Amino acid sequence: MAVGQNVLRKEGFEKLTGAARYIDDIALDAMLHGKTIRSRLARGRIKAIEFDPAFDWSRIVIADHRDIPGANYVALIENDQPLLAESEVRHYDEPILLVAAESRQLVEAAARHIRIEYEELPPVLTIEEALNGAEIIHGTDNVTKTFLIVRGDVDEAFGHADRIIEGEYRVPHQEQLYIEPQGMIAVPGDGEMTVMGSMQCPYYIHKALKQLFGLSDEKAIVIQTTTGGGFGGKEEYPSVIAAHAALLALKAQRPVKLIYDRAEDIAATTKRHPGVIRHRTGVMNDGSLVASEIDIVLDGGAYITLTPVVLSRAAIHALGPYRCDNVRITGRAVATNTPPNGAFRGFGAPQVTFAYEMQMERIAAELKIDPLELRRINLLRAGDTTATGQKLTWSVGSEEVLNATVEKSDYENKKKRASRSLSREKRRGVGLSFFFHGAGFTGSGEARMKARAGIEITTEGRARVLSGSTEIGQGTQTIFCQIVADELGVDFADVEIEEPDTSRVPDSGPTVASRTCMVVGRVVQLAAGELKEKLTRFVAERYGAPEAQLIAGEFTANGKRLAGFTEIAREYIAQHGELRAEARYASPPGIVWDDETYSGDAYPAYSWGAEVAEVEVDIDTFEVTVQKITTAQDIGRAIHPILAAGQIEGGTLQAVGYGLCEELVWERGRIVNNRLTNYIIPTALDAPEMETIIVENPYPHGPFGAKGLGELPMDGAAPAIAAAVFNATGAFVTEIPITPERLQAAMEKL
Amino acid sequence: MKITFHVNGTAREVDAPPLKRLLDVLREDLRLTGTKEGCGEGECGACSVIIDGEVINSCLVPVCQTRGAHVTTVEGLARGGQLDPLQQAFLECGGAQCGICTPGMLIAARALLDATPQPTRDEIKEAIAGNLCRCTGYVKIIEAIEEAAKVTAEA
Repeated sequence: MAVGQNVLRKEGFEKLTGAARYIDDIALDAMLHGKTIRSRLARGRIKAIEFDPAFDWSRIVIADHRDIPGANYVALIENDQPLLAESEVRHYDEPILLVAAESRQLVEAAARHIRIEYEELPPVLTIEEALNGAEIIHGTDNVTKTFLIVRGDVDEAFGHADRIIEGEYRVPHQEQLYIEPQGMIAVPGDGEMTVMGSMQCPYYIHKALKQLFGLSDEKAIVIQTTTGGGFGGKEEYPSVIAAHAALLALKAQRPVKLIYDRAEDIAATTKRHPGVIRHRTGVMNDGSLVASEIDIVLDGGAYITLTPVVLSRAAIHALGPYRCDNVRITGRAVATNTPPNGAFRGFGAPQVTFAYEMQMERIAAELKIDPLELRRINLLRAGDTTATGQKLTWSVGSEEVLNATVEKSDYENKKKRASRSLSREKRRGVGLSFFFHGAGFTGSGEARMKARAGIEITTEGRARVLSGSTEIGQGTQTIFCQIVADELGVDFADVEIEEPDTSRVPDSGPTVASRTCMVVGRVVQLAAGELKEKLTRFVAERYGAPEAQLIAGEFTANGKRLAGFTEIAREYIAQHGELRAEARYASPPGIVWDDETYSGDAYPAYSWGAEVAEVEVDIDTFEVTVQKITTAQDIGRAIHPILAAGQIEGGTLQAVGYGLCEELVWERGRIVNNRLTNYIIPTALDAPEMETIIVENPYPHGPFGAKGLGELPMDGAAPAIAAAVFNATGAFVTEIPITPERLQAAMEKL
Repeated sequence: MKITFHVNGTAREVDAPPLKRLLDVLREDLRLTGTKEGCGEGECGACSVIIDGEVINSCLVPVCQTRGAHVTTVEGLARGGQLDPLQQAFLECGGAQCGICTPGMLIAARALLDATPQPTRDEIKEAIAGNLCRCTGYVKIIEAIEEAAKVTAEA
């Protein structure tokens, strides 16, 4: 068996020797270097574009919106984002022009000789400015999307609650900060366009290119190169870069490379949505939740991008993994003149998780109930119903993760010992969080998408996986090969995987939403099962053995060996020309979702997590050090335990950054700290000791029981740290990151 | 300007502007693209190389300063098809996820183990503090370096 084993990664070796080719490592003959010319204000009209007549423009390729063969938009949900601004700019750093030249130096020089004149308009820069409506930049009220989730009668329930407890929580932008900056190379061909680069979703780019360049499915070719991290940041934005490179390549009729430097990458690409989340909770004196009203406002930025889907996930997760029969959740997204916010690991859930867990902490404090006890009283168990009315049936590891985390971390003893006066200048605290994450697309998303994947057998008789899912560090190629090896009953070493290339692999849907293992992995498994059946039927006929079975790479009947897998596969190919099987995703039976009322089974399965953070607070400098994080996470089944633990540890540290230090500084719509010197992510010295417990409650419709894993670890650390800071100092922080300045302000109020 | 220095044990002569970044000389003139650029200002460590025994961000070094020096890049770690114990340990322990920080991380770890064959956990953290990784939370990187130190000691 390969599943459950720590096999050596398929994508491992080349990354360790420096041989792996990331996009910037590729240089093509006659290739030009491209650059994007961007707006230098948050909102305005373009009055004039001047090209310095003293500069020699003959060596420069210039493209603007008039060069786009199709309609000027980047295809996504609403098609509102232009590929290049025409007359109006809606955010700082919005792309206006493209230039390309033989060298990076020359293209930089050209950029310095372009002057754009604007008529400035008053920008809307924050959620508050968007809601107060002094300037309208979208529709009639700047609200771009609304969701309402209602269950029971919340107003009536508030009437007989013992206490009503209110809280407001604020969460910031966060930069994905993959270490490989974004980049693409476009290669023009005869009526076709090939784009390769760093990406999560080749078929998103494929769709965008087809529209912008009027290309057929076959004439737009998108190839993923080795990708140095994504975390959502390479979900939708790469379509913009790919199309920019392609536009320059079309005009120049030469390959064009477009690589962002770090400053441009931070300033111009998408971020996690900031938000303001208000809770009003009706509780009984025994701690049970009876009414919950939650209002979420997210800042979507200047264009729609994926905001409606992020807001949807935020709204569905807003109550948290708790029982409450009377709920009203309102989600609103607003437009601002800031760079569009988009996908980032967690996708709306980390925002609301911080809010609901801090609200639980507040409730526990006000009712004088231990926060752990409050979770135990209210947590969802199998058979309980979520805010959207989903009855939880399978793979509900809620109590198990909470108990495992509490026990392993020795939470209760540590909490007793945690002293508010460890020494004059140091205080220690411990905090808990409990959370869940729905895996796969929300609601009917997966049923609509019908993800495809396939298996083919090579002429050497090896199985090859065909999928548009990308490896971005998480180990997609390895886990897919493990799943196929076990489904076919062949050696892991005899399974290989095709590189994501839209001309060679089917559309498995995007590599997002914790869906790669659970959803696409399942489709890969189904395709392998289909192939196995095909081959077994062939053997049954060939040997007149209807009871033929494939076990451990051998076809047998009644305990007698008939032939080896490879031998039969080759014979099949010799007769039929090829051996392939393809499968499509279908929702598990009984999963029902209603988009009109926003109710039903929001996700086929949830992953569950609990986390204990131990912190030390320096009360002279207000610095918080996270010393240890213990977390148990129920992911159904770990296909590859080391890779799974790596996802949990990495996601947890991103969440530590979210909670403690990552913050953008804005100046009239411009990000001021768009550098690694001043946008601070955790280093090895900042990383806490981590203890990870993988809990396996198999999900019957996932591959070998696996559920989603990628995003869950992003949800729990920020509230656990804030709870630990509260425990250490008595300061209840309602806004992250908990910078020394913010903690000082909170402590001064004590 | 012609400059000669040693890269991974071999003398190389390049003809480049004296202020061209060593990073670009390695990647463009010598086509050694294992050394990566993550920030271009010495913060992320993706471009780390060893110059005469010291870990240096090659994005901050003008090539003229490397005249006669011995430079080791990630391509110089494996010898004769045999992975460096660090590379092997990273492979087995899950020390590389997306892999973009890995060359620099391996270089920083190599320099550490060359100077301190049996480092403490704190020494490891200190040694890789200038190399940012966004994927792993550093846990498996630290484990891999410990494993490589152990394997090397046993060998």
